[in-house]
Amino acid sequence: MKYSSEYRDPELAKALVSAIARDVEGFDGQMTLMEVCGTHTMSIYQHGIRSLLPNQVRLISGPGCPVCVTPIGYVDQAVAYARRPDTIVATFGDMIRVPGSTSNLLREKAQGADVRIVYSPLDALTLAEKNPDKQVVFLGVGFETTAPTIGGSLLEAEKRKLTNYYVLCAHKTMPAPMAALTSDPELKVDGYICPAHVSTVIGSNAYQPLVEKYGIPCVVTGFEPVDMLRGIQLLVRQVVAGEARVECEYSRIVKPAGNRTAQAILSQVFEPCDAEWRGIGLIPDSGLELRAEFQKYNALRVLPVEVEEPKEHQGCLCGEILKGKFTPKQCPLFRKACTPEHPIGACMVSSEGTCAAEYKYGC
Amino acid sequence: MCLAVPMKISEITEGTAICEVDGVRREASLMMLDNAEVGDYVLIHAGFALEKIDPEEAEKTLAIFREVLDAGGGVEL
Repeated sequence: MKYSSEYRDPELAKALVSAIARDVEGFDGQMTLMEVCGTHTMSIYQHGIRSLLPNQVRLISGPGCPVCVTPIGYVDQAVAYARRPDTIVATFGDMIRVPGSTSNLLREKAQGADVRIVYSPLDALTLAEKNPDKQVVFLGVGFETTAPTIGGSLLEAEKRKLTNYYVLCAHKTMPAPMAALTSDPELKVDGYICPAHVSTVIGSNAYQPLVEKYGIPCVVTGFEPVDMLRGIQLLVRQVVAGEARVECEYSRIVKPAGNRTAQAILSQVFEPCDAEWRGIGLIPDSGLELRAEFQKYNALRVLPVEVEEPKEHQGCLCGEILKGKFTPKQCPLFRKACTPEHPIGACMVSSEGTCAAEYKYGC
Repeated sequence: MCLAVPMKISEITEGTAICEVDGVRREASLMMLDNAEVGDYVLIHAGFALEKIDPEEAEKTLAIFREVLDAGGGVEL
């Protein structure tokens, strides 16, 4: 596959591994690099990248999986819509098994609810068109990569004059939690592997304030193993040299200013709001809500439902794992009460969650 | 969730592209791209083309990698 296989060359990977080892020679400290993107989490486990790095370099996973950082109360809302008569809940596949307080969407579907997995919000729009007597509620979860696709579906709904398409909106935006984690005194992050496809939309310049305010190196890198290793190498070099700047290894896709058309869709449809991040808490201006003129598509406003009181699962360390303070193996439930078959926390249920990745690829 | 796949545009009709990779064909909206053309490689996410892949930048990155390889990993780049 063009633009993928070139970046999987084992010989190149080997050369980069030796280069990183040479770059840290004489560095007697320990550096912690955090990725904040579920696809990076998966790539690191899948390609065994941790085992290739020198002892001085530690990789941890941050809050990069949108499903994992969505509060349990949101899943309860989605369950409430699934139980609503004449309602179709349309969602990306990764939300379907996320445990709510007492149920999940898959269980509701098994009991007769109309829950559909779609590939694109435009497919949900088509569902609404084909089912004019039903209300279609799309679960709007995701960072800046995904939010413009939901924004685009609303612009399209306007064009097609649809009145039965709604969004349950829980979009979150990226640089904010990175700043929040950097200012957490309990957590020491020396460099960020910045989320690649989020950066496609927001641009690599979006990390400049992090670099300037906190003096923390930021590198945007792709997902293939060679991309990952090169990104890590660029970060390692900055940390060793005591420098902090934004670098972009993924320039074949990510531009300094990002995709302005996607940004325009975002700002036409959404406005920033404070958002609750599971495990982290409320972060100011880290979420997106629908603008006044798009409130007619806001499921919560137009189709009110009774939602149960949210109850977090006891003993689950997802929150601490999302902040990079604990690893999955340190959670007493991991591989015991909590497995991909019977997930307790979102980090196990999402295929991009740190616990699911550790379960599948860890040893 | 932010997974996206590089695909080649084979047809464009009214703001929608037919994209192909490894024999798989899919429709993708071009709402986020102003100047996509048939033959371009684009990154597809959730039914939308998110960005064009820049062949020159891709080549530059590969050239850096080749230099790392030629130098046995020891090159300062």
